[in-house]
Amino acid sequence: MNTPIAIELDKLTKRFGDFIAVDAITFKVKKGEIFGFLGANGAGKTTAIKMLIGLSKPTEGMGKVAGFNVDTEPEKIKKNIGYMSQKFSLYDDLTVVENIQFYGGIYGLSREKIKEKTTEILEELELTEVSKSLVISLPLGWKQRLAFAISMVHDPEIVFLDEPTGGVDPRVRRQFWETIYQVAEKGRTVFVTTHYMDEAEYCDRVSIMVAGKIEALDTPHNLKQQFEATSMDEVFLKLAR
Amino acid sequence: MNILAYIIQKEFIQIIRNKAILPMMTVLPIVQLIVLSNAASNEVKNVNVVVVDMDQSESSRTLNHKIIANDRITLVATSFNTNEAHFYLQENTSDIVIEIPPDFENDYINGKQPKIQLLVNATNGQQAIVGSGYLKAIVASFNAKLIQKVIPDISISKQSNTTISSRYWYNPELKYTHFMAPGILAQLTALLTIILSAMNVVREREVGTIEQINVTPLKKWQFILGKLIPFLCIGLVLFTVGIIASKLIFSIPILGNLPLLFGYTTLNIIAVLGLGLLISNFADTQQQAIFVAFFFIIIFVLMSGLFTPIDSMPKWAQQLTVGNPLAHFISVSRKVLMKGSGFWNIRFEFLYTFILAFIFNGLAVWSYKKQV
Repeated sequence: MNTPIAIELDKLTKRFGDFIAVDAITFKVKKGEIFGFLGANGAGKTTAIKMLIGLSKPTEGMGKVAGFNVDTEPEKIKKNIGYMSQKFSLYDDLTVVENIQFYGGIYGLSREKIKEKTTEILEELELTEVSKSLVISLPLGWKQRLAFAISMVHDPEIVFLDEPTGGVDPRVRRQFWETIYQVAEKGRTVFVTTHYMDEAEYCDRVSIMVAGKIEALDTPHNLKQQFEATSMDEVFLKLAR
Repeated sequence: MNILAYIIQKEFIQIIRNKAILPMMTVLPIVQLIVLSNAASNEVKNVNVVVVDMDQSESSRTLNHKIIANDRITLVATSFNTNEAHFYLQENTSDIVIEIPPDFENDYINGKQPKIQLLVNATNGQQAIVGSGYLKAIVASFNAKLIQKVIPDISISKQSNTTISSRYWYNPELKYTHFMAPGILAQLTALLTIILSAMNVVREREVGTIEQINVTPLKKWQFILGKLIPFLCIGLVLFTVGIIASKLIFSIPILGNLPLLFGYTTLNIIAVLGLGLLISNFADTQQQAIFVAFFFIIIFVLMSGLFTPIDSMPKWAQQLTVGNPLAHFISVSRKVLMKGSGFWNIRFEFLYTFILAFIFNGLAVWSYKKQV
């Protein structure tokens, strides 16, 4: 094990009263890996992600993200991760540029750095023309890519994507995944949840969560062999039944 | 510090783009000032009276004329039937029934002390007390004249009479608007800022942007301060608009030091904003926030001394008003504007408001959870 570890979980658990939302999950994610975090609705994915990004305190167990403890050092973790949720939380009543500036600003970037980042994002996403338009007027696919870019405005080691491609057409999803590949090539770890099983095929490794537990974890290829399935779809259905 | 500037900048952009806030800051205070300062009046300007004159003598008619001559009294009806007069009371068309008994004049002349009866509709206590006060004054002056007329050589010399001459300080013309406008100004500023701040954070929660902010390393105090400063500016603009409007429309007196008043206003807005942010931390939806904010607002307004004097509340209620930022605000704005009070006269208001600001904002920062 010489590759550096980005995320390391050991029996991480979250209980709400008697209900165990996340039941002692244990796994490691290598640096630069695209890690697919799958599971049915209500399997505990979002709760697990919230613990990893420091929004929710674990009840038991140990978790390390970017080398910091999720229980005791959440604010340090936040400096080193990016997060994009289903709601891709941009401000609708701000322009594209204002959104970039605001998030750059609260991550404590310098004025020059923000300027540099703004041009970089606008050019990469080909948003220069609409840079002064309100975000509310952008198509969904553009908003998602903008939110993704903004979640990495401070060059984090790890990006968490919580169902980033909900509600857009296959072509836009394809585009989005190309961006994810580019990000991973730069050595960034991508931790992504999704409902689309074709997207699971794009991941380096995939974990499948059922009722709070990790039931399977391997490369898509190995998982298909292990479950004698032709697609990830089948693997998922066999497990989540 | 730089981070704070980015949050404040963002809030201001959002405020300017929000089409509802600008009219809220200008039209709303002016309308409220005009309507409430004139309408929300405790002054008793009109008392409806029914006279039942059973005597029909010269004296009773003189009294009658004296009563009607008063411009605050309107004669609704005259009647010879007590029951009919009671009907007017029941119907709410009359506030007071005056019954002059038969033999009124005769009794007077024979030194038997006739009795006039006032039946007062006391549904509205204020109206009842003040109205019967007017009538008592009229009867008293009628009495004095009658005594001189009937017994002209009575040995009451004018020198031996004690006379009261009152002078009304601070509001010599007894203008109700001078009293109300500063209070309403304070009330408007406090309430609007509470609601705006309470709604703002909850809206971010509803939209989901707050979650995004919570995954940044932003400090809690930076977030709270970044919300507080823009709304403080709005509150101060609102207050300024209100003062200018009151001066132009009602020519309210501005006797005191305006910087002192603005200094206090700043402190008070910080206190109520703290409360607004505190509410928003516990509310999941804007509806919840509004309901809770209204709960406080109603208590604050009714116990602020705006409409009913704090001095006439029961002791426990008076003590409760110490925790009411609006009560201090109204008291200060009246004192500074109408009496020209200096810092020393409002030091307690300053102290209490400072403590409240500290408590509310402290709790707001403490209860703002980046982590659940």
